[in-house]
Amino acid sequence: MSQSFDEISAQLKRRHRKSARLKWLSMGALGLAGLFLVIFFADMLGKGLPAFQQAQIRVEVTYSEQSQQLPLAAVNEDVRELVSRGWLRTLPMMMRDNPELLGSTRQEWVLADGQVDQYLKGHYTRLNDRQQAAVDALVEEGRAELKFNTTFFTRGDSKMPELAGIMSAAMGTVMTLLVTLAVSFPIGVMTAVYLEEFAPDNRLTQIIEININNLAAIPSILFGLLGLAIFISFFGVPRSSPLVGGLTLALMTLPVIIISTRTALRSVPDSIRHAAFGVGCSRWQVVRDHVLPLALPGIMTGSIIGLAQAMGETAPLIIVGMVAFIPDISASVTDAATVLPAQIFTWAGEPDRAFVEKTAGGILVLLSVLIAMNATAVVLRKKFERRW
Amino acid sequence: MQTNQLLLLFSGVLLLLGLIAFFLGRAKAARTRAAGTAMYAQPDQYAWFTVLATAGPAVAVGALGAFVMLLLGAEIPTLYLLAGSLVVAAVGLVVGVNQVRPDFHARQAIERVIRFILAGAALISIFTTFGILFSIVSEAVRFFQMHSFWGFITGTTWNPGASFLEAAGRAGDAASTAQFGSVPLFAGTFMITLIAMLVAIPVGLMSAIYMSEFAPANVRTLAKPVLEVLAGIPTVVYGFFAAITVAPVIVTVAGAVGLEASFNNALAPGIVMGIMIIPFISSLSDDVINAVPDSMRQGALALGMTKGETIKHVVVPAALPGIISASLLAVSRALGETMIVVMAAGMRPNLTANPLEDMTTVTVRIVAALTGDQEFESAETLSAFALGLVLFAVTLTLNLVSVIMIRRFREKYRTNNL
Repeated sequence: MSQSFDEISAQLKRRHRKSARLKWLSMGALGLAGLFLVIFFADMLGKGLPAFQQAQIRVEVTYSEQSQQLPLAAVNEDVRELVSRGWLRTLPMMMRDNPELLGSTRQEWVLADGQVDQYLKGHYTRLNDRQQAAVDALVEEGRAELKFNTTFFTRGDSKMPELAGIMSAAMGTVMTLLVTLAVSFPIGVMTAVYLEEFAPDNRLTQIIEININNLAAIPSILFGLLGLAIFISFFGVPRSSPLVGGLTLALMTLPVIIISTRTALRSVPDSIRHAAFGVGCSRWQVVRDHVLPLALPGIMTGSIIGLAQAMGETAPLIIVGMVAFIPDISASVTDAATVLPAQIFTWAGEPDRAFVEKTAGGILVLLSVLIAMNATAVVLRKKFERRW
Repeated sequence: MQTNQLLLLFSGVLLLLGLIAFFLGRAKAARTRAAGTAMYAQPDQYAWFTVLATAGPAVAVGALGAFVMLLLGAEIPTLYLLAGSLVVAAVGLVVGVNQVRPDFHARQAIERVIRFILAGAALISIFTTFGILFSIVSEAVRFFQMHSFWGFITGTTWNPGASFLEAAGRAGDAASTAQFGSVPLFAGTFMITLIAMLVAIPVGLMSAIYMSEFAPANVRTLAKPVLEVLAGIPTVVYGFFAAITVAPVIVTVAGAVGLEASFNNALAPGIVMGIMIIPFISSLSDDVINAVPDSMRQGALALGMTKGETIKHVVVPAALPGIISASLLAVSRALGETMIVVMAAGMRPNLTANPLEDMTTVTVRIVAALTGDQEFESAETLSAFALGLVLFAVTLTLNLVSVIMIRRFREKYRTNNL
């Protein structure tokens, strides 16, 4: 039975509509993914930006013998419970370091209590009505306001939200990543050079290659188990130290660096190698003087991306104990330390609501650093990429 | 003397000997050359060879000694070890300088040493795998000596709480004994993985189809890196997002339709994990779809198929092995994901099919077992390694299957960019 012309053209229309529907559907999927990203960043910015501001109160500070014994006496009774107790505790030490302060009375902007901070930001607060009225009065007089939060960037962790900062975690991250880079970069590049330029095509080489791809897909928490059982229990590396964290992350970053270095080496055309061999270079001379310099931008890009990945990694570091409470900046790679993601994890577990904002603030710092690193990698690649 | 002082001394003396070796070797080679004798290599190469001959054996002896002490527990006085390796270095120096002769191929000797060092570096990745396997298996075996393997695999009660009493030798007087039945943990893991895949596979695959088949070039160059940003966000950040933002929303929405949801429901970590995995699936699928040869598209279009029909009946089926392989990799990723579930999913082992209840996962229990104040020998701590072993086995299998599938795909279309 033959179809009429109208039927066929109607069918054709249907088919084209279906095709268009697929297009819109797939576009919608991409839009959805983009929407997730927008919601996520808006949420983090909304929660985290207030962390960069901190309530301060202008009070009269009396540096007397008495306040050295009892810091509470340094400020007037009316603002005593609005001033950060953590800040008050640092007074005696400050007076010991600056003896000329003794006997003077100064008007100073000091840290407010975390609850005052939350009240000024319009969040839930535990202040009672009288205290809230007192804060309102201070604001009226211009003696209380939100200022840029330097504490957040200069201090370590604290149980008091107004004194908690990311400095110790940031230093821990730097030390951990230095260990990671020092271990994984040379080994990764050497492995890639061996596999690409030297290795014979035999069983062992194939096993190494399969193994590297596999290593890249092993869940990160299992590297933590390795760090715990091998580095800490067997080799006796101190627990919670940047050394053990860095070594664990190095093993995790190794496949990333190897794979990107191999890609970079492979993109160097053979004609360069042939020319170098042609003038009598040995294999190592070819690699050292010709292939590696040309592949260097690619290697750097891969290493930065690998490091950025290691920087955001938390699970293996929790297993090797890098979630300790670290108020001070650690001095060496064998002291207990914490890293930025682990600090975020610790703060996320704090019951005090003021820490939600600190957590989000820490996340914003971490994300900015990661985005900066990845952008550097992209710029490096764009700038030095050569099409042969 | 302290170990690091000894190490410092060792490196200092070795550096000095190395410098001496370099200049002696070069001077001798330069002299020979100045005398008019033709040599196989450059003076610098002879110099480097002497350095290698000095430092290489000494470092090897030192490392071997340290390793023997650590592995076999043999007591070698460190001072003797230090003296021994330095003597080896001195002997190496003499031998090295002696080797500086016109008929000696210094360059080839260096080449051999370098090849050896590079191969050694390549073996480290193998050692890592074996290290993981060894550390997990050895501890897991100790766990299975305390608790039966069968009970671990089939038991439905996970209650490690009493194990510290057993470790303290007071097993009898505890109200309940420790039970390690892992079924609820795996149920939770698979539930959250399933939710994640329900989010990630449709969205990721459709995005890939859009980017490779429909999108104009400028949208494509913009969308790809934007999607990659999703993959670059640290998991601890996703965990915070799931726990603080997504979970309350789900509780509110569920409350609005008359359902009761826990704040630690399985849905929130599942959805957020899915978002995290979207770029993973989309970029892998995008590569695979791009690798489908254009001749197939042209053939289908020439037969009068619409673009949509071409994609649905020709391109996607052709790319299917690659898409499945990407999905398997994504599943293995979701199974091993830790921070999102640690922060957003529950701690309570719960055997349920309701995603609004709290469930716990394998990785959550691993973290919980290893961050408590338990001593290393307790059954709870060791249970982390047993769970790790299962996780390792499952993800390894998924990865291998995925690699085999992608290899099939590659052979079918002879593309090399996958």
